[in-house]
Amino acid sequence: MPDYSWPTAENRSLIGKRISRVDSPVKVSGQAKYSYDYHGSDMLFGKILRSPYAKAKIISIDTSAAEKMPGVKAVEIIQKPGATIHWEGDEVVGVAAVDEPTAEDAIRLITVKYQKLSHLVSDAEPPAGTGEAQGPLSMDDIDDLLDNQVPNQQIVSQIQQYGITSKADESTLKELKTDGATDAILDAIRNAAVHSEAAGREHANYQRAAVVTQGDPDKAFSEADAISESAYGTPVITHCCLESHGSTAEWPDKDHLFVHISTQNVSGIPAQMAQPLEVPAANIRIHQDHVGGGFGSKFAADRWDITAARLSQKAGGRPVRLMLERDSELKVAGARPSAYARVKVGAKKDGMLVAWQSQSWGTGGPGGGGMPPMPYIFAIPNQRKEHTAIRNNIGPARAWRAPTHPQAAVITMGALDDLAAKLNMDPLDLWRKNIEITGPRRDVYREELGIAAELMGWKDKWRPRGQNVSGNIARGLGLSIHTWGGRGHESHCDFSIHPDGSVDIKMGSQDIGTGTRTTIVIVAAETLGLPVEAINLYIGDTMYPPSGASGGSTTPGGVSSSTRRAAVDSREALFAKVAPALNAKPEELEAVSGTVRVKSDPNRSLSWKQACAKIGAVPITVRGNNPDKTKPPDLTNSGVGGVGMADVEVDTETGIVKVKKMVAVQDCGLIIDLKLAESSCYGAMIMGISYALFEEKVMDQASGRMLNPNMQFYRLAGLNDIPELVVHMMTGKGYDERGVIGLGEPPVISPGAAISNAVANAIGVRVSFLPLTPDRVLGALGQKAGA
Amino acid sequence: MRAFDYASPTTREQAVALLGATWGQAEVLAGGTDLLALMKDDVVHPKRLVNIKDIKDLRGVSVSAQGLRMGAATTLGDLADNVNVIRNYPALADALNEAASPQIRNMATLGGNLCQRPRCWYFRSGLGLLPKDESGKDIVSQGENRYHAILGNDGPAKFVSPSTIVPALIAYGAKVRLVGPKGKRELPLEKFFVIPQAEDEREHDLRPNEIITEVVVPAVEGVRAAHYEVRQKAAFDWPLAVAAVVLRLNGPTVQSARVVLGYVAPVPWPSAEAEQALVGKSISEDVARAAADAALKNARPLSHNAYKVQLARVAVKRAILKAASGGAA
Amino acid sequence: MQDDPKKPAEESPGVSRRDFLKISSISAVAVPLLGTKVVEAAGVPVKVYGPGKVPVELTVNGKKHSLQLEPRVTLLDALRDDLEITGAKRVCDRGECGACTVLMDNKTVYACSVLAIEAQGKAIATVEALMQGEKLHPVQQAFVDNDGSQCGFCTPGFVVASKALLDKHPNPTPDEIRRGLSGNFCRCGTYHGIQQAIAQMAQRGV
Repeated sequence: MPDYSWPTAENRSLIGKRISRVDSPVKVSGQAKYSYDYHGSDMLFGKILRSPYAKAKIISIDTSAAEKMPGVKAVEIIQKPGATIHWEGDEVVGVAAVDEPTAEDAIRLITVKYQKLSHLVSDAEPPAGTGEAQGPLSMDDIDDLLDNQVPNQQIVSQIQQYGITSKADESTLKELKTDGATDAILDAIRNAAVHSEAAGREHANYQRAAVVTQGDPDKAFSEADAISESAYGTPVITHCCLESHGSTAEWPDKDHLFVHISTQNVSGIPAQMAQPLEVPAANIRIHQDHVGGGFGSKFAADRWDITAARLSQKAGGRPVRLMLERDSELKVAGARPSAYARVKVGAKKDGMLVAWQSQSWGTGGPGGGGMPPMPYIFAIPNQRKEHTAIRNNIGPARAWRAPTHPQAAVITMGALDDLAAKLNMDPLDLWRKNIEITGPRRDVYREELGIAAELMGWKDKWRPRGQNVSGNIARGLGLSIHTWGGRGHESHCDFSIHPDGSVDIKMGSQDIGTGTRTTIVIVAAETLGLPVEAINLYIGDTMYPPSGASGGSTTPGGVSSSTRRAAVDSREALFAKVAPALNAKPEELEAVSGTVRVKSDPNRSLSWKQACAKIGAVPITVRGNNPDKTKPPDLTNSGVGGVGMADVEVDTETGIVKVKKMVAVQDCGLIIDLKLAESSCYGAMIMGISYALFEEKVMDQASGRMLNPNMQFYRLAGLNDIPELVVHMMTGKGYDERGVIGLGEPPVISPGAAISNAVANAIGVRVSFLPLTPDRVLGALGQKAGA
Repeated sequence: MRAFDYASPTTREQAVALLGATWGQAEVLAGGTDLLALMKDDVVHPKRLVNIKDIKDLRGVSVSAQGLRMGAATTLGDLADNVNVIRNYPALADALNEAASPQIRNMATLGGNLCQRPRCWYFRSGLGLLPKDESGKDIVSQGENRYHAILGNDGPAKFVSPSTIVPALIAYGAKVRLVGPKGKRELPLEKFFVIPQAEDEREHDLRPNEIITEVVVPAVEGVRAAHYEVRQKAAFDWPLAVAAVVLRLNGPTVQSARVVLGYVAPVPWPSAEAEQALVGKSISEDVARAAADAALKNARPLSHNAYKVQLARVAVKRAILKAASGGAA
Repeated sequence: MQDDPKKPAEESPGVSRRDFLKISSISAVAVPLLGTKVVEAAGVPVKVYGPGKVPVELTVNGKKHSLQLEPRVTLLDALRDDLEITGAKRVCDRGECGACTVLMDNKTVYACSVLAIEAQGKAIATVEALMQGEKLHPVQQAFVDNDGSQCGFCTPGFVVASKALLDKHPNPTPDEIRRGLSGNFCRCGTYHGIQQAIAQMAQRGV
């Protein structure tokens, strides 16, 4: 069997080097075509009428005037009278017209009557005693969960955990299926415990999860030498993808749908559109060249994508472009759940952690919101945790880069940092003291903390809290650690070497800006001994073999593994064809520096082109797969550790925080492209500065509306809000041999926690909740002065 | 955006004639940076736009013994690069350079800057200039008012006046000139801004068929001036508080002072209290702080914006100290 | 649903009595979909365009284009949807993010906040015009070398803004960089690469 394993360091000419992003030239020159840029011939423009209310019942819809309007080609009612709206901006009616202004005018001609219902958009701490225990689900509840776009996995686990209120017959199940329930959900319902006594009850906004206890927290607190108590948290933030969500749909004939969609999940979209549109997934083609950001919010075929397809169907198949406006993008196309907690944490005087207690709450919109994994990383032996999910009307949550981890880090690392201050300890020492309870990556953290401290100049710069003040400027340092999985996803590709020497790879993957294209061509080029330019790569289409969604840092491991196996197999097939000409056995050959040659006698060699001429008339084409147990070894792995450190400056008169320097130290197994790996970390730190200091979805309780659905008041950090950034990637022995692991999520986890801790170190008091805005910083300073 | 018709007259008189006699008919299109956003959000929906950028004599800067005349259609970028502005009005130059972003400065005009509408997020969400709930109760006072007014907010208006350069202009003693169907008029710039008492009123002393033609700033000599703004981001951002200060010194002693705050009230907020606190004193940290305290003495924060009182105080103090230490550098 | 849209009304060759609409006509509630008309303003005839489609001539990247557009169409939408020049991106559509940055008479503007009709007679240059044949402009090459893009959606705007900055200040000070690039935002976090790209250009002294 060929050796599929990654080449060793001395045998790599491309892997692990700093190689420029292969699609940079088309991006910097404006030639890269995004789904938003696709312009079908005779294209129509879609617009959606959205609910102005956060909660309301639709009483009536009159589209007659819009339908009569010249230039309007299709009108589609998305939610019918009787339906309940659960958030402002929810879709009600779609229109397609010959141009955008006409579509807008048509929307204004539609009359919808609503019955307003009372809403909740706040995620403030639940009033004491208001929580209702989460109980069994009715079929209506499940319908609501589907409506509210709660992730399938979450629905399944709720059904499994809490059961259902009545047995569902097959016709009910069929109805749920048309509402979007997956087979996994239907199976969960079939197998769920039935609690008929709970039928018919109304849901409260606040739902208490069962208390989780481990060890004996009361005893441990009573024996602790130091206890710190405070509150921590992060608000709901949005994804704010610069390319908004949406698609252009067209029907080349009545049985076939062709969709240009902005997605992180090319191969997964047809199955999602098939059910609601009642067309076989096989008849749905998806295409996307480039995507302008996703960050976890673009896995689904959304309601508006289905609407675009229906509008196109009604308009005789003409392409309908339906891309979200910026305000809708921020209101409905994704939000990261909030998480807040009152935490009590105890330690021995040497800093050894002994007890954790948290009362947490947060919202993920109408679906509630789970408890982040707390305490994060540190397996404190004695714990008591209570969580209340807030089901409110702010719009649906979606996975946001490293789901639940940044929230868990802010809460946990903040609590430990406060405890270190209470113990008069340098937090770096407290982290090190407890490194043994950080799990399987403990040695990595130990090494990384040392490197990060060195790069930050921690030992020289660190001062106890509030003791690095000059006039109105307070300086401070903070740190955090983080972890993530990142195992490669399922990925398939077709890999061809042609008789003329050209090489192509076809894979139904997508490059969301993380460098997927570059990763694939580097692996292929390395394996064949060719330059990266020699590889023709085709991705972003369901005409190609399927590859997983780009989420959870699963793409690099997946695509590099399937590519490697295919490249090795095709190379072996080429060797078999070439061997006779070189008078050697296939296993004696190697492909190096654009030649195929005999390992032991490099002078017996053919140029790549000459070698490929031996292929014959039919190109070599092989399928590469991941995972593939028949072709060991496993080329990907899971579980990384990273450290983030921040150095900040706080103007104590204005409460304005400026980050002065940040350090990221990260492992991710075998690095394919060091330049892009570093870019991922730089980008993550920048995104971290942005959510630590500026970002917040601001909801108004009186109107139920999001007040900052724009880029004026939904603030993103700008170029000059970014300080000196230092990245160190862990490579070499102990790292490379683990195989390829994804990197998208991990480095974005620590920045918020590290910056929050640095601010506390600077001003001597905790600012409980992100973002660290002047009002909050001044508020904390005021409390400190008053204390 | 709703449909409208469009004209691009070449004289002031044509422009005035093309505008409507009541609000809602027509709007003046200058830089368009604010107006088009308001129209896209359906906050305003004029039936006509009158582009004034083809009126040649509305552009440019000229200097005379009386001072500086700045045409209303001059872009902020051209003003910021103007050698007279840089040399003689450093606080204004500073405010101009910090305003918005380079793209906006290349587009936005001086007149448009004066006439831009409040950044209030209730207003921009279509909930009105004086937002009320269905029962007619003001929703800002107890709502999301972190960026709202702390002064001059006892009426129904809670928004803040949005220009970052107007405080400096007022501090320099600017006057604004307008033309309408009945001819020209001139008024001190601070009088151009008014606090609306009803939803159908605007926050400017501007009639629907008037256009701003120019702003004139008197010649200043021997003054020290500074602009200071507190804002979160170094990048394009709207400030949380602005202060502009012009000091006339007699030796070390303040002979007269102008202190104007921005982003604190529905109008630019000249502070006679701060001015009084400075006159006759020589500037020190304590004197500056006392003047800042005086400026904010009557502040009445809403439910969530008490922090702005502190920020405005800091802006005033720092502007005074910056001016005293040599200007706007 | 009826047949296709607003046909542009004929532009009147001369000024006829009938075409002289009084100024008060704008208060009419129903907005007829007219093309060009002429009204009397301050005693002289002034052309009023729209609200229906009217001829609009744009000069983009050195090439003249004749279009029929309503006055409400922005330069950005005209570029993207009518000319299919898609380098400038529509992101905020409110002059807040910089993704639609183009040059108008050599100055950066947000194309989303300019009407196509008022861009007539101006030289419009988009990111597509920066390429020198097949070769990237040095600013573009600096972005490639320093990985100044990830998803790439903000990149064209940043490239145009960076070129304008470097044209004005070949050796920009930190303050000039701050002010020059304050109007463009990125979500992936490519600022570090862009800063390095600007530094590379500054050293080069372009």
